[in-house]
Amino acid sequence: IEYVEEAVEAVDKDKWKGIAVYVDHIDGVIHPVTYELIGKARELAKKINHPVYAIMMGHHIGSQCEELLHYEVDKVFVYDKEELDRFKMEPYTKAFEDFVENIKPTAILMGATPVGRQLAPRLAARLKTGLTADCTILDINENTDLVQIRPAFGGNIMAQILTPNHRPQMATVRYKVMDAPERKDAAQGEIIRCNIDSKELASKVSVLDIIAKEKEQFIEASEVLVVAGRGIKKEEDLAMLKELAELLGGQIACTRPVMEAGWLEAKRQVGLSGRTVRPKLIITCGVSGSVQFTAGMNNSEQIIAINKDENAPIFKAAHYCLVGDLYDIIPNLISQIKAGKTVSA
Amino acid sequence: MNILVCIKQVPDSNKVEVDPVTGVLKRNGVESKMNPYDLYAIETALRIKEKLGGSITALTMGPNQAAGVIREAFAMGVDHGVLISDRKFGGADVLATSYTISQGIKKSGTYDLILCGKQTTDGDTAQVGPEVAEWLGIPSLSNVSKVTELKAGSMVVEMDMTHEIEIAEIEYPCLLAVDKDIFIPRLPSFVKKQETKDREIRVITLADLEDREEKHYGLNGSPTQVQRIFPPEVNNHREVWNGEGSELTGRLLSKLKELKFA
Ligand SMILES: Cc1cc2nc3c(=O)[nH]c(=O)nc-3n(C[C@H](O)[C@H](O)[C@H](O)COP(=O)(O)OP(=O)(O)OC[C@H]3O[C@@H](n4cnc5c(N)ncnc54)[C@H](O)[C@@H]3O)c2cc1C
Ligand SMILES: Cc1cc2nc3c(=O)[nH]c(=O)nc-3n(C[C@H](O)[C@H](O)[C@H](O)COP(=O)(O)OP(=O)(O)OC[C@H]3O[C@@H](n4cnc5c(N)ncnc54)[C@H](O)[C@@H]3O)c2cc1C
Repeated sequence: IEYVEEAVEAVDKDKWKGIAVYVDHIDGVIHPVTYELIGKARELAKKINHPVYAIMMGHHIGSQCEELLHYEVDKVFVYDKEELDRFKMEPYTKAFEDFVENIKPTAILMGATPVGRQLAPRLAARLKTGLTADCTILDINENTDLVQIRPAFGGNIMAQILTPNHRPQMATVRYKVMDAPERKDAAQGEIIRCNIDSKELASKVSVLDIIAKEKEQFIEASEVLVVAGRGIKKEEDLAMLKELAELLGGQIACTRPVMEAGWLEAKRQVGLSGRTVRPKLIITCGVSGSVQFTAGMNNSEQIIAINKDENAPIFKAAHYCLVGDLYDIIPNLISQIKAGKTVSA
Repeated sequence: MNILVCIKQVPDSNKVEVDPVTGVLKRNGVESKMNPYDLYAIETALRIKEKLGGSITALTMGPNQAAGVIREAFAMGVDHGVLISDRKFGGADVLATSYTISQGIKKSGTYDLILCGKQTTDGDTAQVGPEVAEWLGIPSLSNVSKVTELKAGSMVVEMDMTHEIEIAEIEYPCLLAVDKDIFIPRLPSFVKKQETKDREIRVITLADLEDREEKHYGLNGSPTQVQRIFPPEVNNHREVWNGEGSELTGRLLSKLKELKFA
């Protein structure tokens, strides 16, 4: 079937100016994806000579919104109202709509967080505009059309998408896809306090409680895995691999012999007779790389292998092959990561 | 309780390929099935009905053969089926899809609760649910991982917000997009399948809708345009690093920083 598109009324693109970033936060703690999007927005805005905006909604967020001025945002629009205390779909959509009507940004970028993933579509439908989900690459044409590239079909296909006849153009982006800019010591740009009538902010949803979640214990759910193989000499040495895993925001996993030794639980074993994992990053330490092991992890996005035997089969599966003794690498790496964390904190 | 469940027919495998010459998806010979995430929405509806009574309608928008997923829903215990189908609806993005579905919903009845899956395995946007709710002007919640309480005018649910669980109360009528694992979906029953094989599926076309303006549907009603599709880059990258322990550590640290893990 051929779908024929009729001529569409052209939108006046010159009336829409600026790249806006939604400031994703919980109780004033800004989600780092926000800074990554500001970095991307600046790069895009520069190409078309537009300003960069941030929009933040919440309650008692005075000092937090000032932090944004250290990231070269031209204007931060702030809706500070009791009704906007926690994310609630209807009032947040209303305030956002108010911002779009008044400021008319050409594009809006939002983090693909649990909040962004529901607020963005609600707003897009309200504005009757397009929304591209989970973009991994964003670029902009001279005529201000946003070039949006995203995976679909579970990552088996990439699609390049344009929103040529509608403004604003909307896109969500996952955390850790774009690069965060450096924080500048000097603050620049201005904060604009926006008001909206409380009557407009009614909600048919009330948040009753918020409970911190226990850390996910399944290795399949972890984005980062550090795998212990038989190259680990004694059980106590697992502590350093656990520590490394924690520092990288991940979990420890193992090969079958390590599990059979009773050093780690069966649910942490990767491989044919264990779990199949597909993390963003996997670091194997002292793992030879038998086919039974690699069958459970060879679709991982980034595979880093440490083995002192340069002929170890794991190096055929790995993207980065570190030929060396794990005991010469892991302890130093841990202390350097820790040192780096204290500097930037 | 009048419950509507939105379900979509998707290709049986998401290992699709792009024709290198034409740049279009090779769909030939690919079997279809119900979007697996929608099974959880159906199960949720069935559990709620077991508690409160009422009826469940499954609705899908798609070509005629999409009626297959309605039959599957019948075999799980769903009472009624609606197929929104018209050639004019083809090529729709999320905005046009959700608008068409909302128009079809208005035509087909009134519901206290609308349930959607978390996402599909083909388009994979997770945007249809919240957009349908906006078109209907009703509240919605996504990431619903548990139904805690069913009250007369509202329900209490839990939402999985990555690092925390949020408990919220939402008034009817409303829309929920449920997570995988909210309940374990039951298997279709052969007996029910036989019983329902002649059950009527209501078909709604453009001519039946309140808004019949063609420009609002299908490709014409879609602000986003897919310009091209292509296979993702495969990671064939391979680097071998030799050297002293300290040198390897330094290189590893830089790589971890570059990949944004450290
Ligand atoms: C039916 C079947 C199913 C199986 N299923 C699984 C499965 O699910 N998962 C699984 O893991 N295995 C499985 N196995 C076992 C598998 O065949 C291997 O025996 C196992 O994976 C080897 O584990 P390993 O790499 O930890 O140990 P080894 O093969 O002993 O490798 C240890 C590696 O560590 C290196 N090394 C030693 N010291 C150091 C050091 N100081 N620094 C750096 N490197 C060092 C060595 O060079 C060596 O390459 C299965 C086997 C069978 C027959
Ligand atoms: C490669 C590719 C990329 C795409 N990217 C985008 C994009 O970024 N933005 C965009 O607007 N469109 C996009 N589309 C189009 C979009 O996938 C389809 O328009 C589709 O109609 C709706 O989106 P979905 O499959 O992502 O559903 P989701 O939003 O993931 O589905 C969520 C839930 O909504 C319900 N639902 C969804 N579709 C139907 C239906 N037809 N009938 C009944 N219930 C349904 C189900 O309960 C489902 O579980 C893309 C299509 C392709 C092929």
